[in-house]
Amino acid sequence: MLIAATLAILVVMILAMIRGIKGPTLYDRILAVNMFGTKTVLLISLLGFVMGRPEFLDIAIVYALINFISVIGVLRYSDSFELKQKPQNKASKVKEF
Amino acid sequence: MPLYINAVIEISGVLCLLTGSFFCISGGVGIVRFPDFYTRMHAVGVTDTLAAGMVLTGLMLQSQESLVVVKLLMIFLMTLFINPSASHALAKAAFHSGLEPLINNNESNSKTIDKKEGNNRVGD
Amino acid sequence: MKDLLTVVMLTGIYGLLSASFFVAMDAVDVAFTEASVGAGISTLLMLVAVSMTGRSEHSTRHKPLLAFVVVIITGGLLIYGTLDMPYFGTADAPIHENVAPRYINASLQEVGVINIVTSVLASYRAFDTFGEVVVIFTAGIGVLALLSVVRRPENDVEIESLNESMHEQHLILRIVTKMLIPFILLFALYVQFHGDYGPGGGFQAGVIFAAAIILYAMLFGLSTARRVINHTFIRLIAALGVLLYGCVGVASLLNGGNFLEYNVLLDEPIAGQHLGILLIELGVGCTVASVMVIIFFNFAGRKDYKHNQQNKKEVKDKTILNDEEDHDDHHGAL
Repeated sequence: MLIAATLAILVVMILAMIRGIKGPTLYDRILAVNMFGTKTVLLISLLGFVMGRPEFLDIAIVYALINFISVIGVLRYSDSFELKQKPQNKASKVKEF
Repeated sequence: MPLYINAVIEISGVLCLLTGSFFCISGGVGIVRFPDFYTRMHAVGVTDTLAAGMVLTGLMLQSQESLVVVKLLMIFLMTLFINPSASHALAKAAFHSGLEPLINNNESNSKTIDKKEGNNRVGD
Repeated sequence: MKDLLTVVMLTGIYGLLSASFFVAMDAVDVAFTEASVGAGISTLLMLVAVSMTGRSEHSTRHKPLLAFVVVIITGGLLIYGTLDMPYFGTADAPIHENVAPRYINASLQEVGVINIVTSVLASYRAFDTFGEVVVIFTAGIGVLALLSVVRRPENDVEIESLNESMHEQHLILRIVTKMLIPFILLFALYVQFHGDYGPGGGFQAGVIFAAAIILYAMLFGLSTARRVINHTFIRLIAALGVLLYGCVGVASLLNGGNFLEYNVLLDEPIAGQHLGILLIELGVGCTVASVMVIIFFNFAGRKDYKHNQQNKKEVKDKTILNDEEDHDDHHGAL
């Protein structure tokens, strides 16, 4: 049963890689990498149970955090994270009343 | 009585693992076959968290030590917080950079492709 | 694929696949380090570097086919060279015969920790680990010497306005991160002190700590992060880590043993080993965390510096234009 679940998750990881290579825009690829990361967390937990070593769960926790930080990092350093700011004028605020 | 409860726990663990794998595979098929970025994000964002929850619950029901159960619970709670926030951030960034969703698929193919390529200011 | 951001993300997947290989080969400590360093910090630092240099690659002038053929030939020769080596994992390979049985059999009596990897890394081969820590520290000094930017002290008003605008845009992310960061720091401390009994140790703990600080800096702004983690403080911690490691060695010299021999630190040898391993892992964790934070702050600081200069010029030009328009309106109204 555990081995069947592991195989299913491996299949899904291959599908995510296909989208990661094919995807026309950057955001498709980021989505594929994010999905790959969450599936890896599940894969490592399952492998830990299959091989009888519960220490792998620490690696799974670390990888879940690293996945999140990497996605936020890529979004931060692509060009679309911050909206272009309008210069704030105190005079314009007063006029709205 | 204890035998009965053990069998119930084990069967529900196996069921959780099965449903988790099913949702996982459906999310994988969705990310390959859906036509647009926002639809793919919908497939991934929903099934990812649900599949992770089911698989982790199945593992929790199958393990014997208490520390392992606590760690699996921590992974589950973290995934529950992290995955939706990451999907939100990704969709918001994609929308603000100009990626338009595919709205009308009823018109002829060439017209839709022109509209999509005209509006995608970010592409490769 | 010309977009370097995509390339960096796919390199993250490569680091992750290596971690999965190590998990499949049952090497937990190595998988832990590879997952945190190779897939985590390397991706973040490369992202910041790519943001400084530019997002797309210049078109190459040479043909890549020739390089591909050379790589294939060299790889083929290397694989041919390994055919003579013993098979993977056979029990009579030379690597398993000389030193490894001593470590595996005697580790529990001589050192007293359950995790053999930690006992080899921190006690039997402590001098090599000292060299590694000094190398990391030197990398931090190199980055400081080459890339540090003299910053004028930031205006509090500017920081507050930047914070407010970012707060409106990224409200959900900020709240979720605020809840996550204490957990990540606590987990880093757990990994640091749990290295005796399970996978973990100083390197992984330092990297996870630095990742938490980098997450804070990315979402709340670099200037706010610099106010939380003072520049002088972090450089002091980096130096203190290496100093702590060296002091443990000198203390064992002063007590009559060799350099980094922990048996003489306390009355009982096993207790001395535990104390020695605890202190040096602490030193390693401090140095690794602070050097990663220093490198990230310096890379991102240069990008912010250039960005701020451009923004200030734009705002100045716009205010000059606005003033001229206001004057024209006044004249029109009169």
